[in-house]
Amino acid sequence: MSSQPVEATAASTAASKGNVLVEITDLAKAYQRDAQRVDVFEHVTLNILRGEFLALMGPSGSGKSTLLNILAGLDRPDTGSVVVDGKDITRMSNKQLAAWRSTEIGFIFQFYNLLPVLTAYQNVELPLLLTHLSKKQRREHVMTMLEVVGLTDRAEHFPRQLSGGQQQRVGIARAIVSDPSIILGDEPTGDLDSKSANEILTLMQRLNEEFNKTILMVTHDGHAAERAHEVMHLDKGILHR
Amino acid sequence: MKFARLVWANILRNKRRTALTTLSVGVAFFLFGTLRSIVTTLDAAAEVGSEARLITSSASGITFVLPEAHASRIQTFEGVRSVSWANWFGGYYTDPNDFFAQFAVETDTYLDLYPEIEITGGSKEAFVQERTAALVGVGLMEKYGWRVDQTVTLKGTIFQGDWDFTVRAVYTPTNPSFGDETMFFHYDYLYEATDGRISPGWFVLGMENPDEAAALASRIDAVFENSTAPTKTETERAWQTGFITMWGNVGFLVRAVGTAVFFAILLVAANTMMMAVRERVNEVAVMKTLGFQNGTLFGIVLAESIAITMLGGTIGLFLARMAFAGDNPVNQFFPGFMVRTETILLGLAIALVLGLVSGAVPAWQSARLSVVQAFRRVA
Amino acid sequence: MKIPIIYNLRSLRQRPVSTVTTALGMALVVAVFIAMMALSNGFSAALRSTGSTENVLLIRQGANQEMNSGISRDAARVVSGMPFVETGADGLPMVSPETYVVVPLPRAEGRGMANVVARGVGLTAFDVRKDIEITDGRAFRSGAREVVVGKTFTERFDNSDIGDTVRFATEDWVIVGHFSAGGSSFESEIWGENEQFMPVFRGQIFQSVTFRMRDPAAFDGIKEMLEGDSRLNVDAFRELEFYANQSTLLSQVLSFIAVFISTIMAVGAVFGAVNTMYAAVASRAPEIGVLLTLGFKRRNVLTSFIAEASLIALLGGAIGCLMALPINGLVTSTTNWNTFSEVAFAFRVTPSLLVTGVVFSVLMGLLGGFFPAWKAARANVVDSLRQA
Repeated sequence: MSSQPVEATAASTAASKGNVLVEITDLAKAYQRDAQRVDVFEHVTLNILRGEFLALMGPSGSGKSTLLNILAGLDRPDTGSVVVDGKDITRMSNKQLAAWRSTEIGFIFQFYNLLPVLTAYQNVELPLLLTHLSKKQRREHVMTMLEVVGLTDRAEHFPRQLSGGQQQRVGIARAIVSDPSIILGDEPTGDLDSKSANEILTLMQRLNEEFNKTILMVTHDGHAAERAHEVMHLDKGILHR
Repeated sequence: MKFARLVWANILRNKRRTALTTLSVGVAFFLFGTLRSIVTTLDAAAEVGSEARLITSSASGITFVLPEAHASRIQTFEGVRSVSWANWFGGYYTDPNDFFAQFAVETDTYLDLYPEIEITGGSKEAFVQERTAALVGVGLMEKYGWRVDQTVTLKGTIFQGDWDFTVRAVYTPTNPSFGDETMFFHYDYLYEATDGRISPGWFVLGMENPDEAAALASRIDAVFENSTAPTKTETERAWQTGFITMWGNVGFLVRAVGTAVFFAILLVAANTMMMAVRERVNEVAVMKTLGFQNGTLFGIVLAESIAITMLGGTIGLFLARMAFAGDNPVNQFFPGFMVRTETILLGLAIALVLGLVSGAVPAWQSARLSVVQAFRRVA
Repeated sequence: MKIPIIYNLRSLRQRPVSTVTTALGMALVVAVFIAMMALSNGFSAALRSTGSTENVLLIRQGANQEMNSGISRDAARVVSGMPFVETGADGLPMVSPETYVVVPLPRAEGRGMANVVARGVGLTAFDVRKDIEITDGRAFRSGAREVVVGKTFTERFDNSDIGDTVRFATEDWVIVGHFSAGGSSFESEIWGENEQFMPVFRGQIFQSVTFRMRDPAAFDGIKEMLEGDSRLNVDAFRELEFYANQSTLLSQVLSFIAVFISTIMAVGAVFGAVNTMYAAVASRAPEIGVLLTLGFKRRNVLTSFIAEASLIALLGGAIGCLMALPINGLVTSTTNWNTFSEVAFAFRVTPSLLVTGVVFSVLMGLLGGFFPAWKAARANVVDSLRQA
């Protein structure tokens, strides 16, 4: 195999940015298409430090989303391990993974993916329904998050009554409401006009700087990627950092 | 419980579809309530027959009578407290097709054997003392607009001609299933008017000890077995049940139709839930991403399905209850026809099962949904 | 420009589960409808085909039913001598004075007791009554304790084979033959000789007299003459009409129940169809947009969707007919409250009933498809396309 994994994370950066949160080692994933085996990537190794804001770029079909899905525990690698905060999620059962996702992962979707039948408030509250918080505690959390994303006055609006940018802000509030260790964004600005996209990126930057959230964002957009500390490229199954 | 709002929001997502499904479940349970009530009403009618009374009738069938002399013979049996007898009159008031029951009874003893007959109008004495007096159920009084002391004329079918009766007493049954559209009059009147050509249709026996009913009945029948008029003695309840079973396969009919209705509605409800879940694939994937467990998602879909069938069931069953409360055509045909609370509870239990079954497949589909594939399908 | 029906067929195939569940729901409704109507038809057919218009049946004035009636031997003899009574091949008048009682017999498999009509007939009855045929064994002999039983009797009671004895009215009777009676209610009965039944039943009295008229057209005059005869004290009916009247109440109740149940189920099924068709319309919004862009008229879209709903319903109706077919000929019984006796009859699934069932189903489909089709036809082209 000619592709060489790029050894990531210089020790110096690690020291300045804090300790390792995510440790991806020698990850491989292939799909069976008809009778043919199609490799998505092989030997991907990556460490993400606490408090980092990384952008991941790459052409369509390069495996960005697959990597993100594996990291979120939605998909499983063929080989390799993903250790998040000391726990190897590739060894978890589906049930354990779901529980783990609900506390450790915040996911921001390209198309917001709010539940249309729920209000903004209820959408943000959704992940908290999986916790043992009381109704009152949930309310406090949700209102705080809506304040962070600046939508306190839109709490009772349904998604269809909100603009794309507003919907994505609700999506972000939902992603952070359960205080996850890492936020994964799957082209969070991909469906937005540049003004809204800028707002969303500013918000994400703020989350990173003010609230010290670790963020991994898949994007096609070079401007979006510029907001990150570092931009990685996934191309032909190889991760360049 | 905290997911209740989510379930409710999903139910309201497509209001037209939910309303149509709920209504179709509702009409099905209206039908269930009605059909089931036919069975319970017939059962109740059989239970009006007391276990404390025996009926001795001809072993040869309902068209045969027994000699009056049997009465004094039966009276001598140990365990028999009192004996009365009655015969079917088979007359009509003005319209031959407007049927109601008239019994010629041995008045002195009959009323003592039937505490269900509570005299609420006129007086018992006036009825007992006068040969042509009649005791009429309160429902029949209302139906024909009769008054106490009015003389009414019935046409006989078995006993030819016009028969005049004077209403001297009105009764209200202590148990609604006993029926309040029956008329009683003096056996003696019929006997004399037919020059003694009639005989009792059946004897009613009061017992000292109802526990010995079976033994007493077989002792009586044994004595008459080789006489010219053999008897068949049974508890009044068994006797009544005999008439009820003459309805034939009502129970079967109700079950068959009920089953068909159940499956028809199951298809409607299951179809709805499948449509509902199919268009929600993306949302289910989102919820899984947020960390919702498969079991939770299964439960949420199932709860939605159960909520719809239970709501529909409740509407249908209570509508049936209201429709058949008070006077209605069915009530006249079946005395005491009503949708009982047991029927409603049974219906709700069936609605629950219906919800579980119709929601099971879609719930399972959403529980085992693969997030990666779901998003790929959308993208 | 019509939208080809193949388009609808394809779209039905594209969502097989919802097509099949909807069709099956309608099929069940149609099956229940056909079954209930077959029950009601079978019952009225049994009583409607009982008797003949050429016969006159006499019962005592005001008796309404055979069971309540009583006609003396003298009166019966007088009727036999009347000039308008047809003469049989043997030169005797075609008259059958009959005794009629209802006897309780244990049903097969111990399912309680059933009341059966035991009819004591004259020896000429097999000629007087139309369509009576001994299918097995022979007719009873005069003077013997022998009986013949009807076709449906044998299906409902044990010990009804030839040579078996049946016990009623404190006597044992040997079954010597089975008879058919053109599907009429006579087939539920036991027939013996009137002279044998009379002494053990109700004494020296007949319940009815049936005779064949020399000239059936003269019925009105005959009726008037008989009813006016003070020696007789009878009511006269055409035999066929008499038995038909005995079943009016129960037939009405049965068809009421059939219509009641079917209507309610139909409402449920229509709602189901509406749901399915709305879903079909919603999922094909872009296609509808394309069709309209291509120049199809809204009317065409409306027709197309209604046709599609009707197709589902047609499928359902056909399945329903298939489901209901096996009950054809199935014998069941019910008590006719006019006579307190059990009448056995067969479910009758007739071709016209099947057609009615399919029409009923298609009507449900039309009803269920109309509003969704209306919605489809009024679709906004731009909006529809945008959903693609």
